[in-house]
This record gives sequence, structure tokens and C-alpha cells, in this order.
Amino acid sequence: MSQLNSPYAQTMGFGSARDGDDRLLLTMAFETDKMGRPGFLHGGAIAGMLEAIAYQTLAEALGEEDRPLLKPINVTVTFLRGGRDHITYARATIERLGRRIANIEAVAWQDDPTKPIATAQMNVMLDRG
Amino acid sequence: MTHPIETEFDPIKLIKMMAKNGHNALIGAEYHGHGDGWCELAIPYDARLASDATTGIMASGPIFTMMDMVTSMSIWLKTGKFQPQATLDLRVDYLRPATPGRTIIGHGECYGLTRSIAFVRGFAHDGDPAKPVAHVAGTYMFTAGA
Repeated sequence: MSQLNSPYAQTMGFGSARDGDDRLLLTMAFETDKMGRPGFLHGGAIAGMLEAIAYQTLAEALGEEDRPLLKPINVTVTFLRGGRDHITYARATIERLGRRIANIEAVAWQDDPTKPIATAQMNVMLDRG
Repeated sequence: MTHPIETEFDPIKLIKMMAKNGHNALIGAEYHGHGDGWCELAIPYDARLASDATTGIMASGPIFTMMDMVTSMSIWLKTGKFQPQATLDLRVDYLRPATPGRTIIGHGECYGLTRSIAFVRGFAHDGDPAKPVAHVAGTYMFTAGA
């Protein structure tokens, strides 16, 4: 199942794109229902986006055949800059893909990829039944 | 010295105002309770927030959002005043999936303060606080004058 088709992803209005290296990107428009303090994205909306790109990137890496059940273990989100009234992009890197655990890093930015607004470190359990 | 805003700080009013707007409104966050340095919010089950339409299990994003909001609130309840702050980091451990259909309650507390940093922790459960669905730990930075 694609993370991008989940009810949560649709409620959030996540879109997808590819960068120059054909890597999956998640996009999120700035809308009032993603806002925390006035004029800024809610940290929870950014965190939700980082988790979604991590799962989708992991799902792609695992392929369709015999894909294990993906179960969240934990996430640590570090907020680096306020998310302003711009489109937000997110990208994930799988640091290690083992048999039972995947370790993933995700990053979100707006205008400039070298100025991230948040990063996430995630551990995901791969349940192979 | 007491700043006038301290005496005007009404957590229930503030939470009701915050819960009506923006992303807190999207996840349906509601006031659930508060005390000295702690606060509780609730999000009634909403199928629009599920991570999977088949299982109906709530996505982790709304839980993160509620725990960010509730630990934020706990700082204002600890200091007794509303002051601007920014989340530095927040870690969420997902102990088990929340049961579809159940309201999720988030408890946040501020357990430590310095001049510039607030330390928070909390948990979320779906009916029995002894069986949490998530545990959180994080830090906030006061941004006034920064």
C-alpha cells in the first residue's frame, strides 16, 4: 500500500515528485490547516511529512514482492528553522536496511535544500510474519 | 516582578482558541485536563487520519502533532505565563498501535526549566494510561529576545 494513498496523506494533501537524481520527493503546500503559530507550519505537520516520505522511500526500496509489514518503532524530529508560507519538500535516505530493522533519515526544506527546516531519524520494524 | 499577562493566562481558554485553528483543528484536538505543569488533550477517532484505510489504524502524524501541542502547553502551565517558544526536538516512541475507533488522550508535562530551555515528557493512551500507545521526550527553547 502506498503511503501517499493513505487517508492521512490525502487529508494532508501530500504530493510527490522526483529530483534530478530521480529520488522521490514529497511536497506539501502551505495551507492554514497545516499551521501552528500564525504564519508558520505546525511542527506536527512537518513531522507527519517526514514520517510519510521515510515510509514511502522504504516501501519503494523493498519492492512489491513479499514486502514486510512496516511498524514504527520511534522517530526523533529536530526542528532547525520555522516553516514559512512556501511549498515544503521532503526526502529520505535509508541509512541501513536490515532484515528486521530499517534506519532512515529524512529531511524537509523549503526554498533551499541546504537550509533544512527539520530532520528526522527513524527506526522502523520490518515484520516478515 | 509579575508581568500582567501572567495573571491573565487562562489555559482552558488558550487551548480552546488554539484547538479551533490551523493544524490542531485538522487533527481535532480537544481540551482534556490540566494542572500544575501538566496538560491533557484528546483527539477523537477520525478515519480521515488513518495510516491505512483497511485497518483504520491512526497515523502517527496526528499523535506527534497532539504531543507537540500538549507538551508545549505544559511549559506555560509550569511557568504560569504564555511566552513564545520553539520546539528544538521531540522524540516519539510508538509502543503499540492505537485501537481504531478509540479517542487518543495525550498527557504532557514540563519536568525541567532553565532560563532558555524547557524539558518535557509525556505519553499517549487510548483509554488506559497504564497501557500507553506512545511515549515522548523533547526540548523547547524560549524565543523572546532571541
